[in-house]
Amino acid sequence: MSVAVRTTRAAHPRERLSDRAGDWLIRGLCAAACLIALAAMVAIAYKLITGAHLAFSKFGLHFLTTSTWKPNFLQFGALPFIYGTAMTSGVALVLALPIGVAIGLYLSLLAPQRLRGVIGPLVEMLAAIPSVILGLWGILVLAPFIRDREPAVHGALGFVPLFGRPQTVGASVFTAALILTIMIIPIIASISRDLFLTVPDELQDGAVALGATKWEVVRGVILPTTASGVVSAALLGLGRALGEAIAVAQVIGGGNLAHTSLFETGDTMASRIALQFPGALNSLHFASLYYLAVILLVIGLVFNLLAQLISRRFSVERTLTR
Amino acid sequence: MTSRPFHGAVGQTLSAEVDLAAPLTATGNLRRRLIVSRIAVGAATAAALAAVAVLGIVVSSVIHRGASQLSIGFLTKNPPQFPGPGGGIAPAIVGTAVIVGLATAIAMPIGVLIALYMTEFARGSRTARLMRTVLDLMNGLPSIVIAVFVFGLLVVGRGQSGFAAAVALAIIELPLIARSSQEVLLLVPGHLREAADSLGVRRWRTVLGVILPSAMGGIVTGTLLAVARAAGETAPIIILCSLIRPGVHVSPFSFGTGLDTITGLIFVASQQADPYNEARAWGAAFVLLAFILFTSLGARALLNRNRRRLSG
Repeated sequence: MSVAVRTTRAAHPRERLSDRAGDWLIRGLCAAACLIALAAMVAIAYKLITGAHLAFSKFGLHFLTTSTWKPNFLQFGALPFIYGTAMTSGVALVLALPIGVAIGLYLSLLAPQRLRGVIGPLVEMLAAIPSVILGLWGILVLAPFIRDREPAVHGALGFVPLFGRPQTVGASVFTAALILTIMIIPIIASISRDLFLTVPDELQDGAVALGATKWEVVRGVILPTTASGVVSAALLGLGRALGEAIAVAQVIGGGNLAHTSLFETGDTMASRIALQFPGALNSLHFASLYYLAVILLVIGLVFNLLAQLISRRFSVERTLTR
Repeated sequence: MTSRPFHGAVGQTLSAEVDLAAPLTATGNLRRRLIVSRIAVGAATAAALAAVAVLGIVVSSVIHRGASQLSIGFLTKNPPQFPGPGGGIAPAIVGTAVIVGLATAIAMPIGVLIALYMTEFARGSRTARLMRTVLDLMNGLPSIVIAVFVFGLLVVGRGQSGFAAAVALAIIELPLIARSSQEVLLLVPGHLREAADSLGVRRWRTVLGVILPSAMGGIVTGTLLAVARAAGETAPIIILCSLIRPGVHVSPFSFGTGLDTITGLIFVASQQADPYNEARAWGAAFVLLAFILFTSLGARALLNRNRRRLSG
């Protein structure tokens, strides 16, 4: 009597054909689904590059350093939008990183247990608000509010070029940056909360036993062991901010020029695509918008891969055993 | 070598040179350290409260301006023919439901099959790691990039359609569904598989009869979360499905015309200065937000229950 029933195929001389077919079928279907996902990623890169071909061959890399965008005159350059993207996401990251990490700390270590169960889901709900609703709120509620306060900021800090003469509408790079801040705070907060929860209790208890205060535990134990993870959370948040098209398109004002002042209108790459793609004038216009999408794709992939690499290479366990 | 006291004169003199390497070195002033700590804890609390306050402000202004629009007519009527007050958003609700439904019908089977492959057929293998990376990359793609890709794939030469938007939303949903299903499948206890194996049950019967049923609750809730995310996506709608021919359209397969959608309606209204359109947009935002928050809250509650059942 054989116990090992499934050791070899030969153990089943009268195996039913349908069983073998079933195994093959489900394995094949699963593999096919994986191939579809892989093929989609490859196809995305391929389609974008072929779509941008016309602009690639006409402008080459000068596209990145030219600052005129005149569809009627077949002149296209991405510099103002690269600048606008860097400006909005940069300001958003500077504002959102400390706030997000602080919320992560609060939710993982500092808050009373009962409050964690309430505030945690509320912060996640903030992430669930669709960008188009944030944008609607941004242009109809936040923008007028900011417009009324910009003159005061300009009066007090006008000597800094960032706080220039305010616009009359309230649609500005600054408004866009604030909306992006709201969008990426919950992302950074939830990643860093999960991260801080992985720090072993022994380490924290050890520090507490030495007489460390809560802040010293955070500063001396939590942050050093998770620094790389915080970096990758920041990269993921930044990647999200760079690629956000809709909310930015609603509040940034769609300007063609790059300004030093945060209170001027501007545009980002993603928002320019959303605003001009449906009404693109000519094939070169289309190709240039595709070119912008290729830039976004490359930046997005690099940031994501970097974030994955950092969080895997320098995970908490590795930091501790080093 | 005597042991250094934790705070006191010696600690203070040493702290200057040790500080960089060991932030835990005592600085000697207990009261100051406590105050610093309190300030830090207070700042973290303030940050959390600020996030909750922003949520409250956004949600309450949507409720404040949107709830008053709400009526049976608003949900069941067409928008007015000419700019003006009144009318409803029925076509937009139908369009969003059709597109998101079709997208989920495409993404769910593929996503679950990928998750099955990663957990049942290639667990821990190089292929599984590759798929994980690919799914994470796909999840990180800006939706506008996906929209432009689908434009080149399905709209050039055919015209806009609800189908094109559904494909784009499916690409957005796919990694969400696959990763959440994978998480749930990993929670299915190993002894269920071993029991099936020891009875000589073939793998495909185990998968269909044992593993999928016990993970089904989790898969459904993961899908619900993806649906909530897709319903709020706007970029693919603007690019792929925003030019609408006059008349009533409900079929996503009528190439050449887009479909009305809730997010499209809100976006267009926010670009114009038409107060009546604005009012309808707030009403639509209220409907959308209510749907999304209820779906994701409900899904999360279900997910927690399922997880407890599977692991406990």
